[in-house]
Amino acid sequence: MFIARVIGEVVSTIEHPTLRDKKLLVVEKLTERGDPTGDSQLAVDSVSAGEGDTVLVLDEGSSAGLVTNLDNPPIRTVIVGVIDSIDIED
Amino acid sequence: MHLCRVIGTVWATVKVDTLTGYRLLVVQPVSHDLTEKGYPVVAVDTVSAAPGQLVYIVKSREASKALEEPFNPVDAAIVGIVDELRTSS
Repeated sequence: MFIARVIGEVVSTIEHPTLRDKKLLVVEKLTERGDPTGDSQLAVDSVSAGEGDTVLVLDEGSSAGLVTNLDNPPIRTVIVGVIDSIDIED
Repeated sequence: MHLCRVIGTVWATVKVDTLTGYRLLVVQPVSHDLTEKGYPVVAVDTVSAAPGQLVYIVKSREASKALEEPFNPVDAAIVGIVDELRTSS
């Protein structure tokens, strides 16, 4: 899983059936200290994350099927949590 | 899942059976500000995308799950066409 910030959204009407009712958010990877890395990607939302939220993003297929409760969907990146705070030992 | 611009098509008559019937499109990954990111890849098209369109692809093992035939040698599949991209940054 990686830490990211929601920076946008994708609206799409022509898509794979498993994505039909899913919200697609644009997330930018953050370092563990919360600094943007400039590396962005799309992720399926499963926790109603909003723009500007710091989120936890799953980046692995088999669990994506469990979280979206779909049978073997072509989905890899799923937002699985909204992060309240991160403590890093200095 | 990655934003990409469709930039071309690959024609291949001799190929693995499970790929017959699918279009192979050349896509250039782009960042959320549409600047190019990394190298173009060839992705199987499942949504009838056309050159020039902004699409999004799924990569690695999950890409093969976008096709009917469960066992197929695909590691990148176009799974949607972008109508609108809104970003705040």
